[in-house]
Amino acid sequence: MAGSKTLNQLPVGSAAVVRRVNAGGIMQRRLLDLGLVPGTRVEAVGRSPLGDPIAYNIRGAVIALRQEESSLVLVELES
Amino acid sequence: MGLTYQSVGIPATREMFNVKVTDNRSVIALAGNPNTGKSTLFNALTGLRQHTGNWPGKTVLQSKGSFIYKGREYTVVDLPGTYSLLANSVEEQVARDFICFAKPDTTVVVVDATCLERNLNLVLQVMEITEKVIVCVNLIDEARRKKLNVDIQKLSELLGIPAVATAACTGEGLPQLLDLISQVVCGDLKPKPKLVHYSSELENAISKLEPKIKEVLGAELNSRWVALRLLEGDKTLIESLEKFYSQEMIKATREVLA
Amino acid sequence: MSCRASLGVLMKEAREIIGICQDEVRHSIVNSIYQSAESIAAGTVSSKAGKNMDWDRRIDRVLTSPVWGFPIMFGMLTVILWMTITGANIPSAILAQGLFWIEERLTELFIAVGAPAWLHGFLVLGVYRGAAWVVSVMLPPMAIFFPLFTLLEDLGYLPRVAFNLDRFFKGAGAHGKQALTMSMGFGCNAAGVIACRIIDSPRERLIATLTNSFVPCNGRFPTLIALATVFVGSSAASMSSAAAALSVAGLVVFGIAITLLISWLLTKTLLKGIPSSFTLELPPYRKPQIVQVIVRSVLDRIIFVLTRAVIIAAPAGGIVWILANTMIGDTSILAALAGWLDPFARHLGLDGFILLAFILGLPANEIVFPILIMSYVSGGVMMELDSLEALRRLLVDQHGWTWLTALCTMLFVLCHWPCGTTLFTIQREQRSWYWMAVAAVIPTVVGIVVCITVNYLVRALGLI
Ligand SMILES: Nc1nc2c(ncn2[C@@H]2O[C@H](COP(=O)(O)OP(=O)(O)OP(=O)(O)O)[C@@H](O)[C@H]2O)c(=O)[nH]1
Ligand SMILES: [Mg+2]
Repeated sequence: MAGSKTLNQLPVGSAAVVRRVNAGGIMQRRLLDLGLVPGTRVEAVGRSPLGDPIAYNIRGAVIALRQEESSLVLVELES
Repeated sequence: MGLTYQSVGIPATREMFNVKVTDNRSVIALAGNPNTGKSTLFNALTGLRQHTGNWPGKTVLQSKGSFIYKGREYTVVDLPGTYSLLANSVEEQVARDFICFAKPDTTVVVVDATCLERNLNLVLQVMEITEKVIVCVNLIDEARRKKLNVDIQKLSELLGIPAVATAACTGEGLPQLLDLISQVVCGDLKPKPKLVHYSSELENAISKLEPKIKEVLGAELNSRWVALRLLEGDKTLIESLEKFYSQEMIKATREVLA
Repeated sequence: MSCRASLGVLMKEAREIIGICQDEVRHSIVNSIYQSAESIAAGTVSSKAGKNMDWDRRIDRVLTSPVWGFPIMFGMLTVILWMTITGANIPSAILAQGLFWIEERLTELFIAVGAPAWLHGFLVLGVYRGAAWVVSVMLPPMAIFFPLFTLLEDLGYLPRVAFNLDRFFKGAGAHGKQALTMSMGFGCNAAGVIACRIIDSPRERLIATLTNSFVPCNGRFPTLIALATVFVGSSAASMSSAAAALSVAGLVVFGIAITLLISWLLTKTLLKGIPSSFTLELPPYRKPQIVQVIVRSVLDRIIFVLTRAVIIAAPAGGIVWILANTMIGDTSILAALAGWLDPFARHLGLDGFILLAFILGLPANEIVFPILIMSYVSGGVMMELDSLEALRRLLVDQHGWTWLTALCTMLFVLCHWPCGTTLFTIQREQRSWYWMAVAAVIPTVVGIVVCITVNYLVRALGLI
């Protein structure tokens, strides 16, 4: 569990595996629908010019998430 | 006590979606993730010029058009793009309600060939609601360009429903799609969706609930699907049921009185 | 027992059967579906690409880079405007010559059949001319700008714009997709308002709706372009269109700043709240079908402008002619109205005729400028207005425009009540007359404040 972080801490260019979504209700549902289910591999592909939001490659699509959302997703860095 | 309404032939709820109801007119819904080319396909089928654009969410209005194929008239409905049908947003609810309550004669799920896995999520969900599903693997030209190969035959087998590869903007695959649509509508081709298996815990619960749901809803909705929604506590479905069926029952009563 | 009640009972039962919390059920359902999807995809998709270099990512790295992201956005806008300006000149001149040649023939015809002067005036100098102005001045820029914009949209650039600008919108308490609806406003504010449906949260949708008209729509760009060309571009001929494009692009940036400011103010006052969640897909770039897109959107614009020329500009032309030729005492109604508005308009750095044109142009933005020209022309001498030089003479020599008048007019073009169609759309979308009124009042107040400030500031600084 050494590499456990939240998604927003993932450096651009590196990948991680989703462990848990720390949200409830509608927020959790939305994130799940985007494909952020545990076990999914996510890669941070780019930052917007002002640092937030950050774009992630989630199951083949590039999706931008604001800090507020990405900080809810616990990930484990790929070794 | 069950719903008194028994569906015979065309679901009368269709009228609530402003879809003209006549005997020899079939309704086709285009569902799919955002930006997979539904509107482009819609334009190709109907000859209309619904706005398209390379950004998710371009279509916010549900638009309708029609075409004639082999002497049969089809109404096509271009649904807003959604990632799922779990009613987390207005669009998802619109798309779900249309598939559930307008009961299209065929639902064509348009998927992005370059990103199949993500798109199959929606296909599997639609299959749970209705059997009459065709999967249309669009943007096949893009996939080719990216050197991706999609085995359509295999896909169709694994899903249990007809599949076709298209490139909506060049018209590639459109004849095959039309053919599949007409076969499914006429009943010549009966899709047999292979549904997702859930954890044994869930499957148990589903089988306990299903008979009771059938008692209430009859054959109106797929009881397995309703059971799943009840289990996850989806209140929007109950609201929609109320909205579509009570109004309809009111209308039926009025007709009897008149 | 109603169906709701019986299903409610069933839902309770369901909860008892499953025992675990509903969020977990959802989790497990989604998980199973994704697992199936994964295994099906694994069984059907094969990639022949070796180590394929990902062009999309490379392009994105430039278009959304901290250094280049914003300059490229601005540059893109300037280039589009520049292409519009240079491209529209010649067709505009040809259309003007053609249409005014027809006007002369029509006049001859009216004289030949001995029609009364008022009939000729109303039909030819009013109705026909109104439509002719709209077609010749407004159509070419619209028919060039719109296809270029559509190409960018088809390419997939708009989501990147939203991605770049999101931080600002978040700061303003607005939704990130407001950048998308704002971009749609460049095509048409009514379309922008409809596009606001992609924003889920009602509060943020309303913010996006109320501020949509701060980006100039297709019907306003030609006016901005014409004024910029006459007043900015005239100095150095070779660089003129570039300078004009730059100044209009600058004005657009100002409009975006106003959008953010007003969104922020709304979040703090009328529409309090915190930004809701934001997720935006950045789709792959796709090569648009260039020829098809261009042909289609040019035709689209031509039909659009011609229809509106017939149903809005022509009647408006007729009305302007009547107003200009109905005398009360020794002034026309038009001049009287303009005179009455004049004192107020002067505070804004405008004149009475300009403000009146804005008011009469409520039905559609593209008729504001034509109405202004008609009311200027109908008061005084007849003139051939087939070149920008002639326009310049009309404005500067005969009506005393300065660069400050032009600047204030451009600012007021950017910030004033939305056109009738947009207001109607807002009413329909929000189902509220109140919000429609607010949508009209906000930009009007902003426009008045901005114009007064600029006008007095420039004068106080002695810049003019
Ligand atoms: N290369 C290629 N491009 C396509 C194809 N189908 C659609 N497109 C393009 O993909 C983009 C999206 O198409 P739309 O039809 O607007 O997508 P949509 O599914 O209606 O999207 P939403 O309304 O946002 O849900 C457009 O730019 C189309 O030109 C195809 O088969 N091949
Ligand atoms: Mg669409």
